[in-house]
Amino acid sequence: MKLVVAIVQPERLKAVKDALVDVKVGKITVSNVIGCGAQAGKVEDDAGTLTGGDLLDRVRFEIAVNDDYVRPTVEAIIKGARTGHIGDGKIFILPMEECIRIRTGEMGRLAIG
Amino acid sequence: MKKLGSVFLILIGFLLIAVMPASAEEAAGQVAATAAAASVTQAPAVTAEAFEALKNSMQVSIDTVWVLFAAVLVFFMNLGFGMVESGLCRAKNTVNILAKNFIVFAIASASFWIIGWGLMFGNGNLFMGLEGLFFVSGADNSPAMGDAYAGAYAAISWTGVPLWAKFLFQLVFAATAATIVSGVVAERIKFLSFIVFSFILVAVLYPITGHWIWGGGFLANLGMWDFAGSTVVHSVGGWAALAGALLLGARIGKYRPDGSVRPIYGHNMSMVMLGGLVLWFGWFGFNPGSTMGVGDGSAIAHIAVTTSIAAAMAILSSTATSWFLQKKPDFTMIVNGALAGLVAITAPCAFVGVGSAAVIGLIAGVLVVFSILFFDKLRIDDPVGALSVHLVNGIWGTLAVGLFAVDNITGAATGNGLFFGGGFTLLGAQAIGVAAVGAFTFTASLIIWYLIKLALGMRVSREEELVGLDLGEHGAKAYPDFQGFLTK
Repeated sequence: MKLVVAIVQPERLKAVKDALVDVKVGKITVSNVIGCGAQAGKVEDDAGTLTGGDLLDRVRFEIAVNDDYVRPTVEAIIKGARTGHIGDGKIFILPMEECIRIRTGEMGRLAIG
Repeated sequence: MKKLGSVFLILIGFLLIAVMPASAEEAAGQVAATAAAASVTQAPAVTAEAFEALKNSMQVSIDTVWVLFAAVLVFFMNLGFGMVESGLCRAKNTVNILAKNFIVFAIASASFWIIGWGLMFGNGNLFMGLEGLFFVSGADNSPAMGDAYAGAYAAISWTGVPLWAKFLFQLVFAATAATIVSGVVAERIKFLSFIVFSFILVAVLYPITGHWIWGGGFLANLGMWDFAGSTVVHSVGGWAALAGALLLGARIGKYRPDGSVRPIYGHNMSMVMLGGLVLWFGWFGFNPGSTMGVGDGSAIAHIAVTTSIAAAMAILSSTATSWFLQKKPDFTMIVNGALAGLVAITAPCAFVGVGSAAVIGLIAGVLVVFSILFFDKLRIDDPVGALSVHLVNGIWGTLAVGLFAVDNITGAATGNGLFFGGGFTLLGAQAIGVAAVGAFTFTASLIIWYLIKLALGMRVSREEELVGLDLGEHGAKAYPDFQGFLTK
């Protein structure tokens, strides 16, 4: 079991969500976050130079998956989020100890569904 | 000490009030005395002639104050449109919508002053005005009225107010037509393209059809009546907006591939509430003010009531219709119901009784809900429902004159409508008016939008639309301290 965490551009939210649904990953959590990456919050302007330096808006996905779903999930996120410009974001894959469905008490693979 | 001072001031105030009516009575008394006995008094004689002149100048003053007051109410409707539109759209496009609604009055001011007024009210042929075209510079001896008027703008000499009062009142109307377009093309149109179209709309398209009906053109001769502009203002804005929406296409994500509607919710219903009531408030200038004179007060009172009753009844019927069709009473339908009733009563407000106004409003409220659902079926994306409010109900209101009019109800010789024994004459004239204005405005708008599309482009890029026009067009955010979802 893995927890896939992805930080993406806010306007790519719908594209990423649609791509995940296409590969039958339908259980996702999304939150608004701010942050900065390698450029310390600088963004590319029309001429390609980096300006600014604030914490920028991003959207964070949290997706619990069984091991065989890790690859399709990651591919879907990249498909939806990639523009090729600086600031497209990152994906983190974390080992997950346990998953419990609150309503039924199911655990592990069954709880992820 | 302070208390004593204020008591003293109040006393002086009472004294002044008491003296004023007394001197007025005195003057009237003198007039009567002079007229009856023709006796020479020692006070300066006030002849009947002088009294008449005084009365006339007072009438001009009162009428001018009324027209300017009404114009200011209509001006305030800019706020109403801005609030309704921004509230019904997403947070990421708020700055753009506010900017459009703010600048549109400036555009209208420039274009209507430069040429719009002349094309609309200048003496000319049946199609457009030709005299005094530019900068309202034609000869004019307002406030002279009717036959006494000798100037370039005879079509509007039925009102006895100074030229600039007429101009300001007509200007705020022209600006209203342009704001209607703003809502329909919201959330996807380029700011510059909107500015260019609005300028042409108010400079050329609006004045030409306006001349047909209010400037002594062929529809006026035909016996078409549009008191405050269901067709002249609202339908014209609606037709122009429809042409724009067709060429622009729907917002990204509005319709699913199977054609079903994915609702895009507005971001601030409190703003919609504010805007809706500001518009209703402004309509008390829009309709009663279109008398452009106070008269004995009966007409403006009558119109104020027909206007408000229609809005109220339309709210009731739109709420009921929405409750029935959508299972729950949609708040935006309640507000749009009010606006639909107001647009529908704009043409007939001075020509129908209060009972008829209620019926016109009830039908408008039902129409607006069905129409909003209908435009979505056609996949014509109208973020705020302005086509249903202004175009559909502008047409309905204009036709309603032909159904419900009662001759001379407030002094206009419209003849009776179909339901009051007047036959089809009036209804026919109204229908021809609707068709002629619709055909001209829609075709011309389509051509102008298309040329703008070729020259400037009409729609922002896909990336910009997703990020929002606030950042893309203006480099600003409406709510920088809050974070919402740009897409969902």
